[in-house]
Amino acid sequence: MSYSDTAIRVENLSKLYYIGEAEKYYALRDVFSDFFRSLFRLGGRKKKVREQIWALKDVSFEVKRGEVVGIIGRNGAGKSTLLKILSRITEPTQGYAEIHGRVGSLLEVGTGFHPELTGRENIYFSGAILGMKKKEIDKKFDEIVAFAEVEKFIDTPVKYYSSGMYVRLAFAVAAHLEPEILLVDEVLAVGDAAFQRKCLGKMGEVAKGGRTVLFVSHNMGMITSLCPRAILLENGRIVADGVASETVLTYYTRDRASPYKVDFTKMGQKVGDEFATLLEAHIEDMYGNVVSEVDMRQPFKVKMRYALHKNVPRSPYPNFHFFDSRGEYVFVSSGNSDSSKEVGIYEAECTVPGNLLNNGVYFIGLALTFTHSGIHVSFFERNALSVSVKDPIDETLDTLRSGYSGPIPGPVRPKLEWKISRIQ
Amino acid sequence: MNQITVIKPRDRLSLRNIYDSFSEVIKYWELLYFFIWKNVKVRYKRTFVGIGWAVVQPFMTMVVFTIFFGKLAKLPSYDLPYPIFYYSGLLCWGYFSSSVQNATASIISNRGIITKVYIPRMIFPISAVLSGLVDFVIAFGMFLVLMVIYGIPFGIHFAFFPAFVLLNIFAALSLGIWLSALNTLYRDVQYLVPFLIQILLFASPVVYPASMVPESLRFFYGLNPMVGVVEGFRWSLTGAGQPSGVHLFSSLITMFFIFIGGLVYFKKVETKIADVV
Repeated sequence: MSYSDTAIRVENLSKLYYIGEAEKYYALRDVFSDFFRSLFRLGGRKKKVREQIWALKDVSFEVKRGEVVGIIGRNGAGKSTLLKILSRITEPTQGYAEIHGRVGSLLEVGTGFHPELTGRENIYFSGAILGMKKKEIDKKFDEIVAFAEVEKFIDTPVKYYSSGMYVRLAFAVAAHLEPEILLVDEVLAVGDAAFQRKCLGKMGEVAKGGRTVLFVSHNMGMITSLCPRAILLENGRIVADGVASETVLTYYTRDRASPYKVDFTKMGQKVGDEFATLLEAHIEDMYGNVVSEVDMRQPFKVKMRYALHKNVPRSPYPNFHFFDSRGEYVFVSSGNSDSSKEVGIYEAECTVPGNLLNNGVYFIGLALTFTHSGIHVSFFERNALSVSVKDPIDETLDTLRSGYSGPIPGPVRPKLEWKISRIQ
Repeated sequence: MNQITVIKPRDRLSLRNIYDSFSEVIKYWELLYFFIWKNVKVRYKRTFVGIGWAVVQPFMTMVVFTIFFGKLAKLPSYDLPYPIFYYSGLLCWGYFSSSVQNATASIISNRGIITKVYIPRMIFPISAVLSGLVDFVIAFGMFLVLMVIYGIPFGIHFAFFPAFVLLNIFAALSLGIWLSALNTLYRDVQYLVPFLIQILLFASPVVYPASMVPESLRFFYGLNPMVGVVEGFRWSLTGAGQPSGVHLFSSLITMFFIFIGGLVYFKKVETKIADVV
């Protein structure tokens, strides 16, 4: 085998699933009834027509050593199936893949955790299941415990843990895996915000540590900030494979899955605190239509509705946090705080001028804060909305782009006052 | 860095890939150990008597058998004291029956792990069968106490004891591998197994000596692999009721077929376990 810098090579990988009772749960009586039917040819042999679904169809790609690749797509697009095949949990129906190096897969936080076992015991058991040797676990034990911040409860059965502690410990075990190739499913969407940030940091470290990572997520901000490259799956096929921010953009334009209108009252969990609740938010173009994408030359509005409850100590001010597709801050804008603090439902509206943002996908975080013995945050929904800012090149080529059709870098692209004069 | 994992649809079943799956389990021996350790740890958590159950169960059954089958029904016992006769049989049988039942459930009860991470699937039934050995050893301690109480001498036949323990493990493993795979496809199995084991108990020389079975039926009787195991097990401990060559031979033959059949079936089902479980 000659030296190669390929970490993962996938060729025409396909996976066929049959849907319907038959595959899921086959009772013994079915075998008997099938048997007798065939024996006596009762009405010929009735064949069950089972629906077939290609969860994955002819997927091919290659990942180089040290590359960090995001995999995105709607639910059911085949992302998890792909990871399951690559981590050998299930077998492909057709195709071929090869993986060079030790693989660790992280499809869930807390695989193998048993509620009756203590934290210490679970670290060992779960660690072993995820592929660590006992010696490795011995060596990293203290580090794992410290990362999870559960020192005091390490000999308590984990069923007495708070859900936060449980998740922290589970993630800590997983985070200390050191495979050459890491396959990660949507596992970071757990824990409180502070812990999520810590996990993200750890993931970033992993990504920078030269390891090969395949990372499935719904969080586009996370994908674009962690992965230079992303693959978009749709109905089991690859529809885009390239620079992450472009793939993300393709995802939004193809899918219209963009959260450009979100009703927080239907989320099952109240967003807010005792003073205020976030109700709804959406993006509107200059004509008042609710939209997911806007022309970069046109202004658009971000609207948010929230309810104020009793005894709000000071007038709260809404603020919107704009992030680009890599998850970097672009700017924060806030309303003034001299508004009312009476009980009621409020609508805040912020107009983003045309010719400010560059073309690309932006995420908008919604927050409501007030100053009362320090800053009090009633809610802050990061990346709650997203908007795709479009540059219709065929129209702007001559007016704004001076004939240049390539990408123009930067999170903003304001139209500024220019004066060019011949001085000599 | 040199490790290359190839992922492709399963080749046709062959001796080669059956062998491979065993060598894989051996490669994962540390994980096998962790599973056994966990099974043992978890089994008696939150119980009052704890690991004592390993003794209480066979002991109480022995008492009941002694009263009903021994004192009342006056079944023969190779002239051994009834407690010794029954406890030695139950020691062997108890390990077998609980191991088979645990193995049957092993794949289903670990579905959370199976669908999230790759582990050689054979580890589940194997660890279920091996983790019963801890209980077995404790229950065996009780037997030694009984032997001293009843003044049963330790004879040369003791040398065969390890062989029969291994045979018992092998019997439980063969059946357990098969049933664990069967149970993932047909959940009926988990209801059927306790019942079948109950029947098998009476088809095995636990409550009566094998010598009670008419000569003409010996061969067919011996097709139940547990006949040879239980008889041999008891003989190796007490020196009474040496198993006949016919029994041992036919037991070994059936066990071997069950083992091979179980392996083949397990390998066949293995590919779909994660999709079905």
